[in-house]
Amino acid sequence: MEFVNPEGLRLDGRRPMEMRQLRAEIGVVSKADGSAVFEMGNTKVIAAVYGPREVQNRSQQSNDEALVRCEYSMANFSTGDRMRKPKGDRRSTEISMVIRQTMEACILTHLMPRSQIDIFVQVLQADGGTRSACINAATLALADAGIPMTDIVTSCSAGFLNGTPLLDLNYVEDSAGGPDVTVGILPKLDKVTLLQMDSKLQMETFETVMQLATEGCKAVASYIREVLLENTKQLESRRGV
Amino acid sequence: MEQRLANSWRMTVNEKNFIQTALLSDLRIDGRGPFDYRNLTIQFGIEDGSSEVQLGQTRVMGFVTSQLVQPYRDRPNEGTLAIFTEFSPMADPSFEIGRPGESAVELGRIVDRGLRESRAIDTESLCVVAGKWVWSIRIDLHILDNGGNLVDAANIAALAALLTFRRPECTLGGEDGQEVIIHPPEVREPLALIVHHLPIAVTFAFIGNESRVIIDPSHFEEAVMGGKLTATLNTNGDVCAIQKAGGEGVMQSVVMQCLRIASVKAADITGKIKKAVESYKTKRDLKKIKRHPDSVDISNISKDMEKSKLELVKCQSDDMEIEGHSSKKDESSLRHSKHKALISGPSSWDPYSKIADTDELKASLASRAVATPNLKMDVMPPEKQQLNVKDESHRDADPSPPLLVAAEAREEKNKAKTLLDAVKPKHKRKKKNASNSNGS
Repeated sequence: MEFVNPEGLRLDGRRPMEMRQLRAEIGVVSKADGSAVFEMGNTKVIAAVYGPREVQNRSQQSNDEALVRCEYSMANFSTGDRMRKPKGDRRSTEISMVIRQTMEACILTHLMPRSQIDIFVQVLQADGGTRSACINAATLALADAGIPMTDIVTSCSAGFLNGTPLLDLNYVEDSAGGPDVTVGILPKLDKVTLLQMDSKLQMETFETVMQLATEGCKAVASYIREVLLENTKQLESRRGV
Repeated sequence: MEQRLANSWRMTVNEKNFIQTALLSDLRIDGRGPFDYRNLTIQFGIEDGSSEVQLGQTRVMGFVTSQLVQPYRDRPNEGTLAIFTEFSPMADPSFEIGRPGESAVELGRIVDRGLRESRAIDTESLCVVAGKWVWSIRIDLHILDNGGNLVDAANIAALAALLTFRRPECTLGGEDGQEVIIHPPEVREPLALIVHHLPIAVTFAFIGNESRVIIDPSHFEEAVMGGKLTATLNTNGDVCAIQKAGGEGVMQSVVMQCLRIASVKAADITGKIKKAVESYKTKRDLKKIKRHPDSVDISNISKDMEKSKLELVKCQSDDMEIEGHSSKKDESSLRHSKHKALISGPSSWDPYSKIADTDELKASLASRAVATPNLKMDVMPPEKQQLNVKDESHRDADPSPPLLVAAEAREEKNKAKTLLDAVKPKHKRKKKNASNSNGS
């Protein structure tokens, strides 16, 4: 199947190096300490952060740092066919762990000992790149909750089909069986924290694809900063500053 | 999902500081260099498709089994591959029985991605009836001892088990030609899986903020590390999978450097795995007798092991190895086995090139430290003659026996030699000998 037609357009009309449209909204769950909705094209994800709060399970309490928990689940209606088990299956367990470890790397946990930070991420619409959207949403939600972080974490995926590196794969391109590289970076420090790849790729090609994904992450980072800045200005105006 | 902290082993601050300081000066507590792997040994079990890997202190066992199932709806002509991990509490106090924890799931998925997504196993050859019956390969990985770096050891165990696994051959038959008949291993030789390439997982640990990289972290180093990167590569220069699930941030250049180091290590480990599998295969072939497909009518084939042991004992002069236990098996089974349908013996056994008489046999038997030589000798001669006679008849019936998948080149050569030698005069001579000794 042709994923990049001779004119250089993909199935949804994008160019190979073009990302999908990003849209973010902060403060959507009023009960949560911080929350955000993040959309990457048709993929829509909602994240809610509770914390820092008292540790619910005393045996897990750590005396020198905060405990970070994460739960990733997909809504039953998020995919084309209704999903049988939204969470608890192996993929969800792995992604929960991945998101938790990624966010743990940037949260300053030693500032909040004996407390717990819960990150709940729910996929509302799944169209490829759910992992990346979840991390971006979690970053926004953590920022909204005012949790101290060293840097924001942004994530983007890239692939390699028909001999061309493609940025931000959607579901059709992802399920084509080609390689899928998901990268999560700390933009200011320019460091890679999350890197996952499946399917086969030559090493040089992999480097190209990883760099493309990193560029995508930086684009997401600039958008997220814009959104956060906008949000802060609104808060300022509401407080009458 | 989260383990109870009370169960997990925690390192003292002193130990942590010691290990970290040592690592900052490129010293590892077990004396290795930063890019040295621990000692790797691969052993195989009795059954096909079972392996045990020891990487330093880490021990993992891999088992491969197969079953006929219905295929997935969106892939009707492909077999399936499933990986199950068992983190036994005997390996580590923090492992709990029951539902796999996070690390168990992650390990399973890393090995799964390396094997399935990179198409290491050819799943299309596992299809029997498209849309109805396919072979489902199940890999079980049991962690016996957690000495650190379970992913690499588990990956090697899975690969070793897959390379030695043999699935039963099946044909279509029955009334409408749609029924699948699975042939037991005695009737038809089981087939090996088609493995295109070997994806090897190499794990790196990042220590501290300056991204010190070490390879193959041990249990202590894992407790101290800030981040972990597992790269699965094969020797063709392909990157099959990468897993860096958060943790300490590293520069992109460091990632590429790790990949380059990993490709060197992967080549090394691939060589070791292949060597171990080869030696296992040779041992297994020496034990086995090759089964003939049903073009030749073999009425009663007894268990092959015993027959081959018999041959082994006979061919001592051809420098073959005999395990101590196999000779014991011989005694018990020789009495029971009647008809020895020899298709082709182990590679260097050539009944026609030398006249193996009983005296020579006894002498060579005595020289070897066999358990109960007397018993053997009593049983040997009549069996041997019977064997030779039957063998000739069989050879006449089918002069060019088909070779096993695992048949080596030297077997071919020997076969050619025996075929050339097995011309009528020698046959007659053997028969005369047999009849003479029988008569006398």
